Amino acid sequence: MKANSRFIISMLSFGYAFLYIPLISVVIYSFNDSRLATVWGGFSTRWYGELLRNEQVTSALFLSLKVGISAATLATLFGTMAGMALARFGRFRSRNLFTGLVMSPMVMPEVITGLALLLLFVSLQQLTGWPGQRGFGTITIAHTTFSMAYVAIIVQSRLAAMDESLEEAAMDLGGRPFRVMIDITLPLIAPAMLAGWLLAFTLSLDDLVLASFVSGPGGSTLPMLIFSKVKLGVTPDINALATVIMLFVSVGVVVAWRIGLRMQRTND
Amino acid sequence: MTDQKDTPAFIEVRSLSKHFGDFVAVDSVNLQINKGELFSILGGSGCGKTTLLRMLAGFEVPTSGQIFLDGVDVTNQPPYERPVNMMFQSYAIFPHMSVEKNIAYGLQKDRLPKSEIDERVQDMLRLVQMESFASRKPGQLSGGQRQRVALARALVKNPKVLLLDEPLAALDKKLREHTQFELMNIQDKLGITFIVVTHDQEEAMILSTRIAVMENGRFEQIGRPKEVYEFPKNRFVADFIGTINMFEGVLQGVRNGKVIVASDECGSSLNVICDDPPTPGSDVCVAVRPEKIYISQNRPDNSEDTCLPGIIEDLGYFGNISLYRIRLETGKIVQVSAQNRQRTIDRTLEWDDEIFISWRPRSAVLLTK
Repeated sequence: MKANSRFIISMLSFGYAFLYIPLISVVIYSFNDSRLATVWGGFSTRWYGELLRNEQVTSALFLSLKVGISAATLATLFGTMAGMALARFGRFRSRNLFTGLVMSPMVMPEVITGLALLLLFVSLQQLTGWPGQRGFGTITIAHTTFSMAYVAIIVQSRLAAMDESLEEAAMDLGGRPFRVMIDITLPLIAPAMLAGWLLAFTLSLDDLVLASFVSGPGGSTLPMLIFSKVKLGVTPDINALATVIMLFVSVGVVVAWRIGLRMQRTND
Repeated sequence: MTDQKDTPAFIEVRSLSKHFGDFVAVDSVNLQINKGELFSILGGSGCGKTTLLRMLAGFEVPTSGQIFLDGVDVTNQPPYERPVNMMFQSYAIFPHMSVEKNIAYGLQKDRLPKSEIDERVQDMLRLVQMESFASRKPGQLSGGQRQRVALARALVKNPKVLLLDEPLAALDKKLREHTQFELMNIQDKLGITFIVVTHDQEEAMILSTRIAVMENGRFEQIGRPKEVYEFPKNRFVADFIGTINMFEGVLQGVRNGKVIVASDECGSSLNVICDDPPTPGSDVCVAVRPEKIYISQNRPDNSEDTCLPGIIEDLGYFGNISLYRIRLETGKIVQVSAQNRQRTIDRTLEWDDEIFISWRPRSAVLLTK
C-alpha cells in the first residue's frame, strides 16, 4: 500500500514537473538581470520596465487586448444566440446541420480556417474595397468565428440544465416572450455568458495562427510579436512578456472556472 | 353530471385532440367544468393528462378542437393572454428572485401601481402563511415552502382558472395530507376553479368535486369521487381506482330484479343487482371491493348473499385494518379487508384457516365494458 502510494506520488510529481518546470523557468528568468536569456545574473525587474518602454511591445499588447475584448464580446453575443436556438427552438428542420456549422470551427485546423478567412478578406477587398487594411478588424472577425462555438456550447448546456418551466411560468404570468428572455432567461444564463466571454477572451489572447494569416503589415498581436522576436533569439524581455501573458490567461481561466462552479451549485 | 345541466359550463372543451407525429396524446375529448369546481384529471403516466393541462394553459397548440373559457374561445390565445394560471410540478420558482418578487412578477407584467402590487403580495403571503419569508431566496426554502410560494404566485393574479400539475407529488406523506386540506380551504375561500392533474387516486378522491379518469388520451369516466369509486363504468376504472376483485362470467338471466352471472372463476353463480342489465349470454364482470366482503368461520345463513368457501392464503396486519388474500376452490385469489375493531393480540384468523367470504347483492357492480 505504502510503496504503491509512493509510486503514485512520484508519478504525479513527474507529470506536474514536466508540465510546469518550463513555465516556472520562464517566470524565474524574467527576473534575470543578465542580458543573456539562459545565464543567471542576479535578480532584477528591469525587463518589465523595458517592456513598458518598448513601443512595439505596448502597441502589440494594446492590439491584443482590443481584439480580445471585441472578439469576446461579439462571440458572446452570437454564441448566446446560437446556444439559445439550439437549446430552445425544438427540433427545427436542418437543426443538425446548424449544430455542425456552429461547432465546426472548433475542430477545423486553424491553418485552414486562417487560410480560408485570408482568401475571403482578399477577395472581399478586390470586390468591395473593404477591408482596406488587414489588422484589428480582420483579426477580430477571425477570432469571433472560432470562439463563438465555445460560447454556444457553454450557453446551450446551461440552458439544457435549466428547467424550461421557469420560462413557461413567466409566460403564464403574463410575460411576453421577449420580456421573459430579459427577465428570466438572461439573468439565469448570465454566468454562462460571462464564462464564455472569458474563455473567448483567453482564446483570442492565445491565438497565433489565425492572427498571422489574417493580419496585415503593422497589425501585430502579442503572440505574433513574441514569435517573430524568438526567431531572432530569446531575449530576457520575452520571458517577462510571457510571464505577463501567463498571468492574464491564468486569471481568466480561474475566474471562468469559479463561475462555472457557482453555476453548478445554483443548478442543484 | 345531470343535475348541473341547466347552468352553462364555465370551461368547455370540445373534441380537443393533440397529436405528436403519429402519437395521439389527447384523443378528441369533451369536457365541461363548472365555476368553482375542484376538478381532477386522474391517470397513469403517459395517459395525456399533462398534455391536456398544457393545452388549457396555452403551452401546446391543439391539433384540433376548441377550448372555451367563460364563453370566450381561448383555443389560440397565447399563455400570457389567458386568464389562467398554472402551478407547475417543479414549482418553477424563479431562483434569482426573492419570494416577494416571485409573487409580484405576474402583477408587474400587468403594470399595476406599486402600492396595489405590494398590498396583493402581502395578502397572498398571509394566505399561504409565508409572511416571514418574504425576502428569502428560493434556495433557502424547504419543499413545502416552495409549494406555497408557487401557489401564491399562481393565485395572486386572481385567475379564472388555476391549473395544478401534480401539486403534491414532491411533498412527503405527512406534509401531503396536511397540504391537501389546506389547498381545499384556499379554493373554498377564493372560489377559483381548480383543475388538478394527478396520478395519485387518493389525492384526487380527497380533493375533488369531480374526477375524470383518463387513459390513452380519452376519458374513461367523469364523475364525483363516490360515483367513480362505487359505480365504475368499466373494468379499467374499477381496477384503476382502489383495489377490486373481478369475476369474469356470462350473464344467465334476470330473476327478481337480480342478475345471475355464471362465473367459472369462482365456481358458482353470482347475484348482482343491476338496474339496466345487458342481454343474457353476454360476457360480463362482477366486481366487488375488498372492504365490502365479509369473512366468517361459519357459513352465513342469509341466502340472498353471495357466499363462497375459501382458504386464507396470506394475511397482512396494517394496524387499523387487516388484509386477507383468500384462495377459492377454483384457485382464484380474492382480496378482503377488515377493520380491526377489537383490541386484541391474538389472531382469530390464521394462515390456512378454512373460512367463508360473503357479500350483499348490492355490494357488487356489474361491468359490461
